[in-house]
Amino acid sequence: MAKKSSSEAKGKIRRVIVVGGGLAGLTTTMKLCEAGVAVDLFSLVPVKRSHSVCAQGGINASVNTKGEGDSPQIHLEETVYGGDFLANQPPVKGMADAAPGIVFMLDRMGVPFNRTGEGLLDFRRFGGSLFHRTAFAGATTGQQLLYALDEQVRRYETIDVEDDKGTSIPGEKMVRKFEFWDFLSLVLDETGRCRGIVAQDMKSMRVESFPGDAVALATGGCGIIFGRSTNSLICTGTATSTAYQQGACYANGEFIQVHPTAIPGADKLRLISESVRGEGGRVWVPRDAKEKRPGRDVPESEREYFLEETYPGYGNLVPRDIASRALFKKCFHEGRGVYNTKTQKNELEVYLDVTHLPKDQLKKKLAGVLEIYEKFVGEDPYENPMRVFPSVHYTMGGLWVDFERSADGSLVKGSPRNQATNIPGLYAVGESDYQYHGANRLGANSLLSCIYGGMVCGPAMASYVESLQKGSLEMPRSLFDKARKRDEDKLEKILGMDGSENPFKLHDELSEVMLRDVTIERKNGALAKVLETIDDIETRLRDVNVLDDAKRSNQSAQFVRHLGNMIVLARVIARGALARNESRGAHFKPEFPERNDAEFQRTTLALHRAGGEKTNSQVEYVRELDYECAGQPVHVTDAVDVSLVKPRPRKYDTAGAASVQAAAGAGAAK
Amino acid sequence: MAKTVRLKIKRSEGPNSGSRWEEFDVPWHPRMNVISALMEIRRNPVTTSGAKVAPVAWESSCLEEVCGACTMVINGRVRQACSALVDRLGGEGQTVTVEPMTKFPVVRDLVVDRSRMFDDLKKVKAWIKLDGSHELGPGPRQSQEVQEEAYPLSRCMTCGCCLEACPQINDSSSFIGAAAINQVRLFNLHPSGKMNAGERLEALMVDDVLTGCGKAQNCVVVCPKEIPLVDSIAVVQRQATKQLLFGWLLK
Repeated sequence: MAKKSSSEAKGKIRRVIVVGGGLAGLTTTMKLCEAGVAVDLFSLVPVKRSHSVCAQGGINASVNTKGEGDSPQIHLEETVYGGDFLANQPPVKGMADAAPGIVFMLDRMGVPFNRTGEGLLDFRRFGGSLFHRTAFAGATTGQQLLYALDEQVRRYETIDVEDDKGTSIPGEKMVRKFEFWDFLSLVLDETGRCRGIVAQDMKSMRVESFPGDAVALATGGCGIIFGRSTNSLICTGTATSTAYQQGACYANGEFIQVHPTAIPGADKLRLISESVRGEGGRVWVPRDAKEKRPGRDVPESEREYFLEETYPGYGNLVPRDIASRALFKKCFHEGRGVYNTKTQKNELEVYLDVTHLPKDQLKKKLAGVLEIYEKFVGEDPYENPMRVFPSVHYTMGGLWVDFERSADGSLVKGSPRNQATNIPGLYAVGESDYQYHGANRLGANSLLSCIYGGMVCGPAMASYVESLQKGSLEMPRSLFDKARKRDEDKLEKILGMDGSENPFKLHDELSEVMLRDVTIERKNGALAKVLETIDDIETRLRDVNVLDDAKRSNQSAQFVRHLGNMIVLARVIARGALARNESRGAHFKPEFPERNDAEFQRTTLALHRAGGEKTNSQVEYVRELDYECAGQPVHVTDAVDVSLVKPRPRKYDTAGAASVQAAAGAGAAK
Repeated sequence: MAKTVRLKIKRSEGPNSGSRWEEFDVPWHPRMNVISALMEIRRNPVTTSGAKVAPVAWESSCLEEVCGACTMVINGRVRQACSALVDRLGGEGQTVTVEPMTKFPVVRDLVVDRSRMFDDLKKVKAWIKLDGSHELGPGPRQSQEVQEEAYPLSRCMTCGCCLEACPQINDSSSFIGAAAINQVRLFNLHPSGKMNAGERLEALMVDDVLTGCGKAQNCVVVCPKEIPLVDSIAVVQRQATKQLLFGWLLK
């Protein structure tokens, strides 16, 4: 807990900075406020519109209300098995153990979770597990969780900061929100410690620097690098890319989740939640590749339920990487996608069918997502099987963050090392960190990891702030002025760009190759070409036309900046994929189809190095890292902590394969 | 010739500068929505009269009608641009008219400043007063009926459609609008939220903040999440009447 006497310096309120107002940022903010630390919260959009709002299916917690014998231990086992043994296990254990308490907390905040007849929380099934472990609020769970945390943080916007005697300081609130502000860079002092940020008001285009005793980036994933994805348009990865370019380590960049079921679209691929399959939805294609009848008219015997046939143990609820590969194989390699009589070809689409399920149950549990299908496709999913295809969905990789392991194999509570990046004073949390999901995330673990990460990050930052000898307000003003000036100059340079390339078209080119060659199947020859394309695009970025020189809401100038940062991260993703000659979770190389623990059971650690003449950035991979946290030197390696669940081959053909304990329990029950 | 769609867009440089109309022809594609049409403009920001202009500024994020960002007035009706499919707006050969909402200050082009809506949520204390986020065991039990009443209310994405369509939202009325009142109903329904129902009602019981509703029902018609807003206003008005009559007994 931060000392109250540290609330003021030179008559100003000491604050920390949280960038990003999704679930992770809001939870971090709430925990900081509870620890008495005032927060400046920055967000590209009003926090209520953050990308967490898109999560549909639910949040995992082994509350075990269905008499199935579920437990946090099984949740841990299934999560690390689902992640193909690439996640450090202590943070996963911490998360699984905390999950029931987190869901209860959210319930107390007023999240309208679905209920059982007895008035208890209801739970449904999700991928990679046989248990009913997922609490849900209709099919808009992310929205409901985001709103609940938004409300808690809004309350702190009305609560005064108190001085060391407990007296309110007039006009100073625990949370100050800066919405429509774009993160530009970290302010680092001469020792490399993070002292604040530079940000830009996207209405007035004003650039300003802000001191903060610690900074958390809770800025989400980077799906927009792949163009169309299930991500919101704001998920460009610009903040994590910038921190990486300023020295933060980026870990496991090559692990990008492709979700099996999304609606193909021109502007976005809209997610159809895994909960649709959790509630009994079935994936199939017609047995006859030239089937001309609409899906609903194809008789049962002429349908191939290929996930159920290939993976009898988990069926339609195999983890996402496996389901996506199976769909891709069916459509792309076997040409068995749904036949379109108009175009006279097999489209890259399979059926996702809920028409056999009772309509009233669907309405209560899945209305939010079926409504999306109805609105955007113009077909009634209650009557017609939906047509879906895989889409880029989640960034498993992200900023490298540390943890301090406790004696019982979990996390040391309140340790300043938890969620800390290798830049002292900089933390990362939520989808922007790399920590909880290994090589593949299980469904309904993302909302959990965001909130759990925040529950850990807030106290960690509070401990860090307490350990500081000198706060950021005691740093010379020139440090902040210099940082602001640097970003103002960069902006001026962008506003003056009058070359021949259209930045939006350049982005189309980048995303086209990333989507084609760096998603479901990766081949080394193609990856090498992708890296050449990335270099070429980075060179051409110098000849971009900004299209707009207005000093107000200049979205083109903002996009040029984000594009530069996307290119840098694209290289980290593609180079990481090229270097990892094995198949693990979401990373699949047909040329290296097996997992190779001897060589690759390790975290990919990438550091930015200045580029040469042609490019702005080069990647250096390291096997170990040294950094300083709260006065202590820390040395870490790329070895994965697999001390709690021993690695074994990952298969989903038999029921219970994902958890030894669950399989043992099932055996005992028989 | 390839199919195109014409967009007629009301543009302005800021809150105090005048507005102008500009038209753009963009290539049509299947399942096209107004957002992808706007995206086409920035790939080639040239008007139908051949003038090179700055790309249109607009607000959007999720593109699946759950964040509320891309709310604008399309062919005269307030709605989200992501779920406005061009083919259902008249399709090929038709002109789609796009304007910013009028009840909020314009920032630029189609971007408006909706901060008043978030400020209103502060005024009505739209939250549950938690003792803390530490572990305190399960929350209060709730029946399926209460959940089924609360969930639709809680889907409000603060998009502003209800305010835009409401004739009572204007400079001469202090009516707060359906969105904030609906939140009061939501929190006053929750077993713990109920404990602070009085505070929320008091915040509404000044001037026309709550009573200004003229029952035009426009809000219900335009609400993209089909929230029963008029019911919410009626429920909260009844609660306020009770509070007015008996509230002093509770003090």
